[in-house]
Amino acid sequence: MNTGPVTNPTETLALELRAVMVTAMRGPNVVVAQNVNWAVREGEFWILAAPQNTGKTDFMMTLGGITSPAAGEFRFFGTTMPIFEEARLTERLRLGLVFDGGQLLNALTITENIALPLRYHTNLSQAQIDARVNELLKTTELTPWAHNTPVNVPRAWQQRAGLARALAMQPDVLLLDSPLSGLDPRHTYWWLKFLDELMRESATKNGKKLTLIVSGDDLRPWRRHANRVACLHQQQLLVLGDWTNVAASEESIVKELLREEVVPRQRI
Amino acid sequence: MVDAAPTLPVASSRRSGVMRFGTEFIGRRAFNILVALHGVGAFALITLGVMVRKLGVARAVIRPLIAREISRAGVQLLPMFLFAALALGFLVIGQTVSVLSRLGAASNLLGDIMVIVVVRELGPLLTAILVLARVGTATVVELGTARATGEVESLEALGIDPVHYLVLPRVIGMAIGIFSLTVYLILGTLISGYLWAFVQDIPLLPSDYFSQLAGALTYLDFVLLALKTVIFGFIIAIVTCYHGLAHPLQLDQLSRATVRAVGQSIVACVLLDALFILAYLML
Repeated sequence: MNTGPVTNPTETLALELRAVMVTAMRGPNVVVAQNVNWAVREGEFWILAAPQNTGKTDFMMTLGGITSPAAGEFRFFGTTMPIFEEARLTERLRLGLVFDGGQLLNALTITENIALPLRYHTNLSQAQIDARVNELLKTTELTPWAHNTPVNVPRAWQQRAGLARALAMQPDVLLLDSPLSGLDPRHTYWWLKFLDELMRESATKNGKKLTLIVSGDDLRPWRRHANRVACLHQQQLLVLGDWTNVAASEESIVKELLREEVVPRQRI
Repeated sequence: MVDAAPTLPVASSRRSGVMRFGTEFIGRRAFNILVALHGVGAFALITLGVMVRKLGVARAVIRPLIAREISRAGVQLLPMFLFAALALGFLVIGQTVSVLSRLGAASNLLGDIMVIVVVRELGPLLTAILVLARVGTATVVELGTARATGEVESLEALGIDPVHYLVLPRVIGMAIGIFSLTVYLILGTLISGYLWAFVQDIPLLPSDYFSQLAGALTYLDFVLLALKTVIFGFIIAIVTCYHGLAHPLQLDQLSRATVRAVGQSIVACVLLDALFILAYLML
């Protein structure tokens, strides 16, 4: 089921992983996934599913360029990752990462957190930054929390603030680490609707297509939203493709992630 | 019949065991010191590199952070330093007057002693230790928490260099803060010293006292004082930031990291102070 990268030279690949080995952030000796071959095309909406404590966050950190792959080749729009060099900052800013729980800077208010990348990376005037931040606050319904520091904001809203902060720089690829974890149905519904709108708007408005990769431990909420599926199981990435393949899959992990069968889990 | 294995005499065996333990202990300590030196040294070089390359980058973000650090490591500590100046003036004058009075030189040497003790030695070192206690420890806890809660990864994900955002303002703020506070502490101590001498009936006019101070001070005192305090600030900021930031920490490891940072900062500052004493003696 592990499909190799697409080799069509005319097609734009947002992310391309060839024989990549991903290790855990807490220790380079802990292997999360190996021999990963994965091609993510521009404009696709992927759900990367795996049970809890199997290394989804570590995998997302590697995709986000926070940790380097232990082996293999990983490219982001043709540029070798990770891209920390100053000269490749423009490329870096095309990638947005939303952490599980938001991981906001605790010394800053929600508004300041969202404004930080704009203030740091752009020459926009304060009025322009305020306008952009207010728009994001409104879109993510964060206005009532705008002047609170993260410790005074519930986790579900911190997660939204993390999303708003990542969207501030209008990235081409957005990675979301377990965006639905610990959310009630109202927040879950909001996230799914918002991400759908985001994909729709990016396809019609900007002319450039947004690529989304979300991780989660349950495939069911994403059934009508994501259009591509991959699963992380026993240090392998199962690239399933569309939902027809998911339905046809006999893999026990897929059935578990669809809550059709419970499989004993292996912690990494 | 089985031959008995040859055994060392008990005293000799104990002695060799103690020696082995001693050498292992010393070796382990020496190795740990080298590892710490290597880590802090590399971190200092990285910070200097960032300082040179990114001094003008994102001024709108970094300048307010520097101002906040100067306030934390400088302005906010002024009341404490006023008290420290009064206390230091009393300590130095109280002790020296009793000795100098016996020699009949109390009114002649007070200015020189104040310059040697306060300007060259105690002023900068006491300031560094007080700033370390008040701000350096807070820095380890803040950065350690930021590291443990994933703020560093957040900054990296936003394309913001954590050294530029978290360390650089603290280094600049602490260097300026320690320099400024040392100047205030010295001025306060020199004035309070005269007041304590006046209280103890030392026959010394203010003009004579300040003439003695001016006579004892050289241009080298000003240069070395500025250099020493700025380096103290740099060392304390680097060591405390290193222990808070350089290694992934769990929250329960913060107290140990703070203790290590304080110990290493004090040792580094005292060693630097010793180097400056040599400089005074040689120049």
